Amino acid sequence: MADMTTGDLMVDGNALAGLLAELFGADVTLVPAKCAACGEVNMMGGLHAYVQAPGSVLRCPICHAVMMRIVQTDRATRIEMRGIAYFRFERSSG
Amino acid sequence: MARPLDWQLATVAGVHDETDTVRSFSLTLPNWGGHRPGQHVDLRLTAEDGYSVERSYSIASEPERAPEVDITVERIPDGEVSPFLHDVVVPGDRVELRGPIGGYFVWDAAQPGPLLLVGGGSGVVPLMAMIRHRARVGAMNPTRLLLSSRGADEIIYREELDRMSATQDGFEVVHTLTRERPAGWNGYSRRIDEAMLSEVLEPLGREARVYICGPTALVESAANALVRIGLAPSQIRTERFGPTGS
Repeated sequence: MADMTTGDLMVDGNALAGLLAELFGADVTLVPAKCAACGEVNMMGGLHAYVQAPGSVLRCPICHAVMMRIVQTDRATRIEMRGIAYFRFERSSG
Repeated sequence: MARPLDWQLATVAGVHDETDTVRSFSLTLPNWGGHRPGQHVDLRLTAEDGYSVERSYSIASEPERAPEVDITVERIPDGEVSPFLHDVVVPGDRVELRGPIGGYFVWDAAQPGPLLLVGGGSGVVPLMAMIRHRARVGAMNPTRLLLSSRGADEIIYREELDRMSATQDGFEVVHTLTRERPAGWNGYSRRIDEAMLSEVLEPLGREARVYICGPTALVESAANALVRIGLAPSQIRTERFGPTGS
Protein backbone atom coordinates (compact mmCIF):
# COMPACT_ATOMS: atom_id res chain seq x y z
CA MET A 1 0.00 0.00 0.00
CA ALA A 2 3.05 2.25 0.28
CA ASP A 3 2.86 3.48 -3.25
CA MET A 4 -0.87 4.01 -3.20
CA THR A 5 -1.98 7.35 -4.58
CA THR A 6 -5.25 9.20 -4.26
CA GLY A 7 -6.06 8.02 -7.75
CA ASP A 8 -6.13 4.39 -6.60
CA LEU A 9 -8.92 5.24 -4.18
CA MET A 10 -11.21 6.50 -6.88
CA VAL A 11 -14.32 4.51 -7.67
CA ASP A 12 -17.35 5.27 -9.86
CA GLY A 13 -20.42 7.27 -8.97
CA ASN A 14 -22.23 3.95 -9.36
CA ALA A 15 -20.62 2.87 -6.08
CA LEU A 16 -22.69 5.54 -4.35
CA ALA A 17 -25.91 4.39 -6.00
CA GLY A 18 -27.47 3.26 -2.71
CA LEU A 19 -26.76 6.51 -0.86
CA LEU A 20 -27.83 8.62 -3.85
CA ALA A 21 -31.06 6.67 -4.17
CA GLU A 22 -31.75 7.32 -0.49
CA LEU A 23 -31.29 11.05 -1.05
CA PHE A 24 -33.09 11.40 -4.39
CA GLY A 25 -35.75 8.74 -3.90
CA ALA A 26 -34.78 6.84 -7.06
CA ASP A 27 -31.75 5.45 -8.83
CA VAL A 28 -29.93 8.42 -10.36
CA THR A 29 -26.90 6.63 -11.79
CA LEU A 30 -28.20 7.14 -15.33
CA VAL A 31 -29.15 10.79 -14.74
CA PRO A 32 -26.97 13.23 -16.72
CA ALA A 33 -25.30 15.95 -14.66
CA LYS A 34 -23.50 18.97 -16.09
CA CYS A 35 -20.23 20.03 -14.53
CA ALA A 36 -20.40 23.66 -13.48
CA ALA A 37 -16.67 24.06 -14.08
CA CYS A 38 -16.10 22.65 -17.57
CA GLY A 39 -19.61 22.13 -18.89
CA GLU A 40 -19.20 18.42 -19.68
CA VAL A 41 -22.30 16.29 -19.15
CA ASN A 42 -21.82 12.84 -17.66
CA MET A 43 -24.11 10.31 -16.07
CA MET A 44 -24.00 10.33 -12.28
CA GLY A 45 -22.88 6.69 -12.27
CA GLY A 46 -19.88 7.62 -14.40
CA LEU A 47 -18.57 10.44 -12.21
CA HIS A 48 -15.42 9.81 -10.22
CA ALA A 49 -16.23 9.03 -6.61
CA TYR A 50 -14.09 9.20 -3.51
CA VAL A 51 -15.72 7.39 -0.63
CA GLN A 52 -12.88 6.79 1.85
CA ALA A 53 -13.12 10.15 3.58
CA PRO A 54 -15.67 10.88 6.32
CA GLY A 55 -17.84 12.17 3.50
CA SER A 56 -18.21 11.22 -0.14
CA VAL A 57 -17.04 13.36 -3.04
CA LEU A 58 -18.11 13.16 -6.68
CA ARG A 59 -15.79 14.74 -9.24
CA CYS A 60 -16.09 15.47 -12.95
CA PRO A 61 -14.31 12.68 -14.90
CA ILE A 62 -13.12 15.24 -17.47
CA CYS A 63 -11.81 18.22 -15.47
CA HIS A 64 -11.82 16.62 -11.98
CA ALA A 65 -13.64 19.55 -10.39
CA VAL A 66 -15.69 18.69 -7.31
CA MET A 67 -19.33 18.34 -8.34
CA MET A 68 -20.96 17.05 -5.17
CA ARG A 69 -20.06 16.47 -1.53
CA ILE A 70 -22.16 14.37 0.82
CA VAL A 71 -21.51 14.26 4.55
CA GLN A 72 -23.60 12.16 6.89
CA THR A 73 -23.66 12.43 10.63
CA ASP A 74 -25.90 10.70 13.14
CA ARG A 75 -28.32 13.60 12.93
CA ALA A 76 -28.31 14.82 9.35
CA THR A 77 -27.09 14.47 5.82
CA ARG A 78 -25.51 17.51 4.21
CA ILE A 79 -25.24 17.72 0.43
CA GLU A 80 -23.25 20.44 -1.29
CA MET A 81 -23.52 20.52 -5.06
CA ARG A 82 -22.59 23.91 -6.40
CA GLY A 83 -20.29 22.06 -8.80
CA ILE A 84 -23.31 20.76 -10.70
CA ALA A 85 -24.88 23.16 -13.19
CA TYR A 86 -27.91 20.94 -13.69
CA PHE A 87 -29.35 17.43 -13.58
CA ARG A 88 -31.60 16.17 -16.34
CA PHE A 89 -34.35 13.89 -15.12
CA GLU A 90 -36.39 12.07 -17.76
CA ARG A 91 -40.12 12.40 -17.23
CA SER A 92 -41.78 9.04 -17.60
CA SER A 93 -44.62 9.23 -20.09
CA GLY A 94 -48.08 8.02 -19.17
CA MET B 1 -42.09 -7.26 -2.78
CA ALA B 2 -39.45 -5.10 -1.14
CA ARG B 3 -38.36 -1.86 -2.77
CA PRO B 4 -34.64 -1.66 -3.57
CA LEU B 5 -33.89 0.61 -0.63
CA ASP B 6 -35.75 -1.43 1.98
CA TRP B 7 -33.46 -3.53 4.12
CA GLN B 8 -34.49 -7.15 4.02
CA LEU B 9 -33.32 -10.33 5.67
CA ALA B 10 -31.60 -12.82 3.42
CA THR B 11 -31.03 -16.41 4.46
CA VAL B 12 -27.74 -18.01 3.51
CA ALA B 13 -28.74 -21.08 1.51
CA GLY B 14 -25.28 -22.21 0.50
CA VAL B 15 -21.59 -21.43 0.66
CA HIS B 16 -19.11 -22.33 -2.06
CA ASP B 17 -15.35 -21.74 -2.21
CA GLU B 18 -14.20 -20.30 -5.53
CA THR B 19 -10.52 -19.98 -4.59
CA ASP B 20 -8.49 -19.95 -1.35
CA THR B 21 -9.58 -16.38 -0.62
CA VAL B 22 -12.83 -16.02 -2.55
CA ARG B 23 -16.13 -17.51 -1.48
CA SER B 24 -19.64 -17.37 -2.93
CA PHE B 25 -22.77 -17.15 -0.83
CA SER B 26 -26.20 -18.10 -2.14
CA LEU B 27 -28.80 -15.96 -0.45
CA THR B 28 -32.54 -16.57 -0.44
CA LEU B 29 -34.60 -13.37 -0.53
CA PRO B 30 -38.35 -13.99 -0.20
CA ASN B 31 -39.17 -10.39 -1.12
CA TRP B 32 -36.61 -9.93 -3.88
CA GLY B 33 -37.85 -7.58 -6.62
CA GLY B 34 -35.45 -8.91 -9.27
CA HIS B 35 -32.22 -7.44 -10.58
CA ARG B 36 -30.37 -6.73 -13.82
CA PRO B 37 -26.93 -8.26 -14.51
CA GLY B 38 -24.19 -6.00 -13.15
CA GLN B 39 -26.11 -4.52 -10.23
CA HIS B 40 -24.97 -4.79 -6.63
CA VAL B 41 -26.44 -5.13 -3.17
CA ASP B 42 -25.58 -3.27 -0.01
CA LEU B 43 -24.96 -5.62 2.89
CA ARG B 44 -25.21 -4.40 6.48
CA LEU B 45 -23.80 -5.97 9.62
CA THR B 46 -24.90 -4.63 12.98
CA ALA B 47 -23.12 -5.47 16.24
CA GLU B 48 -24.95 -5.91 19.53
CA ASP B 49 -23.87 -2.44 20.62
CA GLY B 50 -25.53 -0.92 17.57
CA TYR B 51 -22.34 -0.30 15.57
CA SER B 52 -23.11 -1.06 11.97
CA VAL B 53 -21.09 -1.25 8.81
CA GLU B 54 -22.18 -1.48 5.18
CA ARG B 55 -20.43 -2.85 2.11
CA SER B 56 -21.48 -3.17 -1.51
CA TYR B 57 -21.16 -6.52 -3.25
CA SER B 58 -21.81 -7.26 -6.88
CA ILE B 59 -24.44 -9.84 -7.65
CA ALA B 60 -22.82 -12.84 -9.35
CA SER B 61 -25.92 -14.74 -10.36
CA GLU B 62 -28.26 -14.23 -13.27
CA PRO B 63 -31.68 -12.65 -12.62
CA GLU B 64 -33.37 -15.88 -13.68
CA ARG B 65 -32.15 -17.47 -10.42
CA ALA B 66 -34.42 -15.23 -8.31
CA PRO B 67 -35.44 -15.35 -5.50
CA GLU B 68 -31.95 -16.70 -4.92
CA VAL B 69 -29.06 -14.30 -5.36
CA ASP B 70 -25.35 -15.16 -5.25
CA ILE B 71 -22.66 -12.80 -4.08
CA THR B 72 -18.96 -13.61 -4.38
CA VAL B 73 -16.73 -12.10 -1.74
CA GLU B 74 -12.95 -11.81 -1.62
CA ARG B 75 -11.56 -12.06 1.89
CA ILE B 76 -9.72 -8.82 2.68
CA PRO B 77 -7.45 -9.68 5.66
CA ASP B 78 -7.96 -6.41 7.54
CA GLY B 79 -11.53 -5.86 6.35
CA GLU B 80 -14.50 -5.36 8.65
CA VAL B 81 -17.07 -7.34 6.70
CA SER B 82 -15.43 -9.92 4.43
CA PRO B 83 -13.60 -11.82 7.23
CA PHE B 84 -16.90 -12.11 9.08
CA LEU B 85 -18.62 -13.46 5.98
CA HIS B 86 -15.79 -15.92 5.34
CA ASP B 87 -15.04 -17.07 8.87
CA VAL B 88 -18.39 -16.89 10.66
CA VAL B 89 -21.34 -17.11 8.27
CA VAL B 90 -22.73 -20.60 7.58
CA PRO B 91 -25.85 -21.84 5.78
CA GLY B 92 -28.99 -20.96 7.69
CA ASP B 93 -27.59 -17.66 8.96
CA ARG B 94 -29.36 -14.47 8.08
CA VAL B 95 -27.83 -11.23 6.85
CA GLU B 96 -29.36 -7.85 6.19
CA LEU B 97 -29.22 -6.44 2.69
CA ARG B 98 -30.91 -4.12 0.24
CA GLY B 99 -30.97 -3.93 -3.51
CA PRO B 100 -30.68 -4.21 -6.35
CA ILE B 101 -28.66 -1.02 -6.55
CA GLY B 102 -27.12 0.93 -9.42
CA GLY B 103 -28.38 1.06 -13.00
CA TYR B 104 -25.15 2.30 -14.54
CA PHE B 105 -23.04 -0.86 -14.85
CA VAL B 106 -25.73 -3.07 -16.34
CA TRP B 107 -26.00 -5.26 -19.40
CA ASP B 108 -28.77 -7.60 -20.41
CA ALA B 109 -29.72 -9.53 -23.53
CA ALA B 110 -32.06 -6.73 -24.63
CA GLN B 111 -28.85 -4.93 -25.68
CA PRO B 112 -27.66 -6.95 -28.68
CA GLY B 113 -24.32 -6.71 -30.43
CA PRO B 114 -20.75 -7.63 -29.63
CA LEU B 115 -19.72 -7.43 -26.01
CA LEU B 116 -16.25 -7.11 -24.50
CA LEU B 117 -15.96 -7.78 -20.79
CA VAL B 118 -12.71 -6.98 -19.01
CA GLY B 119 -12.15 -8.10 -15.44
CA GLY B 120 -9.36 -8.00 -12.91
CA GLY B 121 -9.50 -10.51 -10.06
CA SER B 122 -12.84 -10.33 -8.28
CA GLY B 123 -13.86 -7.70 -10.83
CA VAL B 124 -15.18 -10.68 -12.75
CA VAL B 125 -18.16 -10.95 -10.39
CA PRO B 126 -20.67 -8.52 -11.99
CA LEU B 127 -19.43 -9.63 -15.43
CA MET B 128 -20.30 -13.21 -14.43
CA ALA B 129 -23.90 -12.16 -13.81
CA MET B 130 -23.96 -10.86 -17.41
CA ILE B 131 -22.33 -14.04 -18.78
CA ARG B 132 -24.66 -16.35 -16.84
CA HIS B 133 -27.69 -14.33 -17.91
CA ARG B 134 -26.55 -14.41 -21.52
CA ALA B 135 -26.19 -18.19 -21.44
CA ARG B 136 -29.44 -18.69 -19.54
CA VAL B 137 -31.57 -16.80 -22.08
CA GLY B 138 -29.73 -18.31 -25.07
CA ALA B 139 -28.27 -15.06 -26.41
CA MET B 140 -25.76 -15.64 -29.20
CA ASN B 141 -24.12 -12.21 -29.43
CA PRO B 142 -20.34 -12.42 -29.79
CA THR B 143 -18.94 -11.99 -26.29
CA ARG B 144 -15.39 -12.15 -24.97
CA LEU B 145 -14.19 -11.96 -21.41
CA LEU B 146 -10.60 -10.88 -20.84
CA LEU B 147 -9.84 -11.89 -17.27
CA SER B 148 -6.66 -10.96 -15.44
CA SER B 149 -5.74 -13.09 -12.44
CA ARG B 150 -2.55 -13.40 -10.45
CA GLY B 151 -2.19 -17.15 -10.78
CA ALA B 152 -4.16 -20.08 -12.18
CA ASP B 153 -5.33 -21.03 -8.68
CA GLU B 154 -6.76 -17.56 -8.25
CA ILE B 155 -9.02 -17.57 -11.30
CA ILE B 156 -12.55 -17.13 -9.99
CA TYR B 157 -15.23 -19.30 -11.70
CA ARG B 158 -12.49 -20.94 -13.78
CA GLU B 159 -14.23 -24.25 -14.49
CA GLU B 160 -17.57 -22.65 -15.26
CA LEU B 161 -15.98 -20.07 -17.55
CA ASP B 162 -13.95 -22.65 -19.42
CA ARG B 163 -17.01 -24.87 -19.78
CA MET B 164 -19.15 -22.00 -21.12
CA SER B 165 -16.34 -20.98 -23.41
CA ALA B 166 -16.41 -24.42 -25.02
CA THR B 167 -20.11 -24.36 -25.94
CA GLN B 168 -19.78 -22.49 -29.26
CA ASP B 169 -22.55 -20.05 -28.42
CA GLY B 170 -20.37 -17.05 -29.16
CA PHE B 171 -18.84 -16.70 -25.71
CA GLU B 172 -15.12 -16.99 -25.18
CA VAL B 173 -12.90 -16.42 -22.16
CA VAL B 174 -9.32 -15.21 -22.56
CA HIS B 175 -7.10 -15.47 -19.49
CA THR B 176 -4.01 -13.56 -18.55
CA LEU B 177 -1.91 -14.49 -15.52
CA THR B 178 0.21 -11.74 -14.03
CA ARG B 179 2.33 -13.47 -11.38
CA GLU B 180 2.49 -17.24 -11.51
CA ARG B 181 2.00 -19.44 -14.51
CA PRO B 182 1.55 -23.21 -14.43
CA ALA B 183 3.89 -25.26 -16.58
CA GLY B 184 2.80 -25.24 -20.19
CA TRP B 185 0.63 -22.12 -19.83
CA ASN B 186 -0.06 -20.76 -23.29
CA GLY B 187 -2.31 -17.86 -22.40
CA TYR B 188 -1.26 -14.26 -21.83
CA SER B 189 1.34 -13.76 -19.11
CA ARG B 190 1.30 -10.05 -18.32
CA ARG B 191 -0.88 -7.24 -17.14
CA ILE B 192 -3.64 -6.11 -19.47
CA ASP B 193 -2.22 -3.62 -21.96
CA GLU B 194 -3.17 -1.93 -25.20
CA ALA B 195 -1.76 -4.64 -27.46
CA MET B 196 -3.64 -7.34 -25.56
CA LEU B 197 -6.91 -5.40 -25.64
CA SER B 198 -6.47 -4.77 -29.33
CA GLU B 199 -6.05 -8.51 -30.02
CA VAL B 200 -8.98 -9.52 -27.84
CA LEU B 201 -11.21 -6.83 -29.33
CA GLU B 202 -10.29 -7.67 -32.93
CA PRO B 203 -12.95 -10.35 -33.61
CA LEU B 204 -15.64 -8.20 -31.98
CA GLY B 205 -14.96 -5.01 -33.89
CA ARG B 206 -14.79 -1.45 -32.66
CA GLU B 207 -18.52 -1.10 -32.17
CA ALA B 208 -18.45 -3.50 -29.21
CA ARG B 209 -19.98 -2.47 -25.91
CA VAL B 210 -17.38 -2.68 -23.15
CA TYR B 211 -17.69 -3.31 -19.43
CA ILE B 212 -14.57 -3.13 -17.27
CA CYS B 213 -14.49 -4.05 -13.59
CA GLY B 214 -11.60 -4.45 -11.19
CA PRO B 215 -9.07 -2.52 -9.14
CA THR B 216 -9.05 1.18 -10.06
CA ALA B 217 -5.58 1.13 -11.62
CA LEU B 218 -6.50 -1.75 -13.94
CA VAL B 219 -9.81 -0.16 -14.94
CA GLU B 220 -8.17 3.20 -15.66
CA SER B 221 -5.45 1.65 -17.73
CA ALA B 222 -7.81 -0.58 -19.74
CA ALA B 223 -10.37 2.17 -20.37
CA ASN B 224 -7.68 4.61 -21.51
CA ALA B 225 -6.13 1.99 -23.79
CA LEU B 226 -9.50 1.24 -25.43
CA VAL B 227 -10.06 4.94 -26.09
CA ARG B 228 -6.59 5.10 -27.68
CA ILE B 229 -7.56 2.10 -29.83
CA GLY B 230 -10.47 4.18 -31.11
CA LEU B 231 -13.51 3.33 -29.00
CA ALA B 232 -15.77 6.14 -27.85
CA PRO B 233 -15.89 6.71 -24.08
CA SER B 234 -19.68 6.32 -24.32
CA GLN B 235 -19.21 2.66 -25.37
CA ILE B 236 -17.33 1.91 -22.16
CA ARG B 237 -18.82 1.39 -18.71
CA THR B 238 -16.53 1.02 -15.73
CA GLU B 239 -16.86 -0.28 -12.19
CA ARG B 240 -13.80 0.53 -10.09
CA PHE B 241 -13.20 -1.39 -6.90
CA GLY B 242 -10.70 1.05 -5.43
CA PRO B 243 -7.24 -0.14 -4.39
CA THR B 244 -6.33 -3.79 -4.59
CA GLY B 245 -6.33 -5.67 -1.31
CA SER B 246 -2.68 -6.58 -1.61
